[in-house]
Amino acid sequence: MTPVIDIRNLTAGTRAGPILRDVSLNVNAGEVMALVGESGAGKSTIAKAVLGILPAGIKITAGNILFEGTDLLALAPPQLRELLGVRIALIPQDPLTSLNPARRIGDQLTDGLRLRAGMSRSEATARALSLLHDVHIREPDLVMRRYPHELSGGMRQRVLIAQAFSLNPHVIIADEPTTALDVTVQKQVLRLIRDMQREHGTTLLFVTHDLGVVAQICDRMTVLYGGKVLEQGATADIIANPRHPYTQALLAASPRYDRPDQSLKPVPEALIAELKREIAS
Amino acid sequence: MLIEARNLSLDLPDMSHQVLIGHRRRLRILKNVSLCIAKGETVGLVGESGSGKTSLGRTLLRLYEPSEGQLLFEGQDIAHANAAALKPLRRRVQMIFQDPQSSLNPRHTIGGIIATALKLHGLDHSKPTIAAILDRVGLPATAMERYPHQLSGGQRQRVGIARAIALKPDFVVADEIVSGLDVSTQAQVLDLLKRLRAEMGLALAFISHDLSVVRNLCDRVTIMKGGEIVEEGRTAEVFASPRTAFTRTLIDSIPLPEIRPGWLDMAENTAEPSKSCV
Repeated sequence: MTPVIDIRNLTAGTRAGPILRDVSLNVNAGEVMALVGESGAGKSTIAKAVLGILPAGIKITAGNILFEGTDLLALAPPQLRELLGVRIALIPQDPLTSLNPARRIGDQLTDGLRLRAGMSRSEATARALSLLHDVHIREPDLVMRRYPHELSGGMRQRVLIAQAFSLNPHVIIADEPTTALDVTVQKQVLRLIRDMQREHGTTLLFVTHDLGVVAQICDRMTVLYGGKVLEQGATADIIANPRHPYTQALLAASPRYDRPDQSLKPVPEALIAELKREIAS
Repeated sequence: MLIEARNLSLDLPDMSHQVLIGHRRRLRILKNVSLCIAKGETVGLVGESGSGKTSLGRTLLRLYEPSEGQLLFEGQDIAHANAAALKPLRRRVQMIFQDPQSSLNPRHTIGGIIATALKLHGLDHSKPTIAAILDRVGLPATAMERYPHQLSGGQRQRVGIARAIALKPDFVVADEIVSGLDVSTQAQVLDLLKRLRAEMGLALAFISHDLSVVRNLCDRVTIMKGGEIVEEGRTAEVFASPRTAFTRTLIDSIPLPEIRPGWLDMAENTAEPSKSCV
C-alpha cells in the first residue's frame, strides 16, 4: 500500500542554519500520526512544508514530500493549488486568529465550498449547516450568522474542524488544535476530531507537545528534536517502552496527577548537550 | 494567616453591554469567596475559563476593589484601602503574568524592566544587583542588554519571575505562568519556582487550568466555577477523593501519557455544556 504522506529525507533551513535534518516519515491511509517535540524541534515546519505554506525565509534543500505518490515539491503552482486546501487541509492552533474577525461564520464556511467545490450559494449553505451539525453545534443556523468573537473557544475550534473536513480532504494537519482549550473542552474536541477522522477515513498528522494527547488519539508517533527524527513507531510501544533517552526525558517531564512525585522532571542538561553535539555532527 | 479573603464578592462592568450614556451594568464575577493563604504556602486556584480564578488572583493583590466582604493582609483589612495606604504593601505582593510576550515592554531591555520595578520602590537598581537577580532565575548577566523578543519563551517567563521576586515579596500570584510553554520548558520553570519558593519562603497563589501541574506544586487547591468556590482542601485529599462531580470531571478529563483504551469515549459525568456556547 502506498502511504498517503511519504516524506523522504526532507532537509530545510534558513540562512542562519538548518531547521529540518534528513526527516523521513510516512503516514498510511486512515492513520493518525503524531509529530512530537518542543518548540524549535521542527514539527510545525514539517506541517507547513506539507501544506506548502513555509515562510519565505525557509528553503527546502533536499528531499521529497510525496502525497499519494505525487511529489508536492515538484508540482507547478496551479497543480499544487488543486491539492492544497482541498485534498490536504489544516486545523490551526489558535481559532481566534485563524478566523476572520470581520466576517460571519457562515460566509467563512461557505467560501471553500463555493470557490473550490463549485457549489451554488444555497448548496454551500446547506452543506455548511450539515457540517456544523456534524461537529455537534446546536442551532447551526444561528451560529452561521455569528462573528467569531461571539463564540467560545471550543465553538470556534469546532467551526474550524468543520471547515477542515468540508471538502473531504484525504489528509488533515492538526497543529496543536487543543492547546488553547480547557481540559473538559479539550477532551470533547479530541473526541470529535477522532470521530470525524474515522468516519471520513481521513489521514491525520497531529502536531503537539502533549504526550497525554498523543497517547489518547495517535496510532503512531514521531519524536523530533532540533529538526531531527529521534524515535518513530507505534504510540503504544513508545509510551510504554521509550527507547531514546530524549523520549524518556519528555515522558518524565510531562505532568501527571496520578504520580506527582515522578512527573515534571526537567530534561537533564547533559542530555540536551549530548543531543546538540549529535545533531551538529 | 498572610492573606485571608472573607465572603469576598466582586462586581465588574459588563464589557459586552453597549451603552451610549451612563454606566455599563455590572456583573458579579466573584460570589462570596473565602480563602486563606499562610506564609510559605502554595494554594492552587483552578477552574475553566470564565470561572473567576484570575479575577480572584487580582482581587487578592487589590488590583480590583472588592464589592463586598473583607480582604485581610496580616490581619489588616485592605478591601477598601486607598492608594496611599496600599503603597507600602505593593512591594510585598507581586504578580507573574501568563504571557511574558505581552507583559514585558518590547522597547525596554531586560535590565531596564527589572530596574524600573526596583526604582519605583526606591531600592538599589545597580547593575550588580540586577545581575544577581537574573542569576537567581538562571539567566546570564548578559541578558540585561537583551530585549524581550531576543529571548525564548522559557527565558521570557524567567524574566517575569525575576521582576516579581526582585522586590523580595511575601506573596506572589502566578497566573497560568506555564500554559504557553512546552513540557520540557514547563518543567524547568516550575522547578525554578519551587526553588525560589523554598529559598524565599514565598506564599503563592498558583492559578492554573492544569490539575496535573497543581497536584505537583500546591499544598492546597481551590476549585472554582462560575465565580464560586465549589471545592477546597489539601491537594492530595482532593485528588484522592473529590467531593463534587465537577472536580471529578476536571480530573478525569486530563489526558495521561499512557494508553487508556476507551478513555476518550468515557462520557463526562456532569455533561454540562459550557455556558458561553453561542
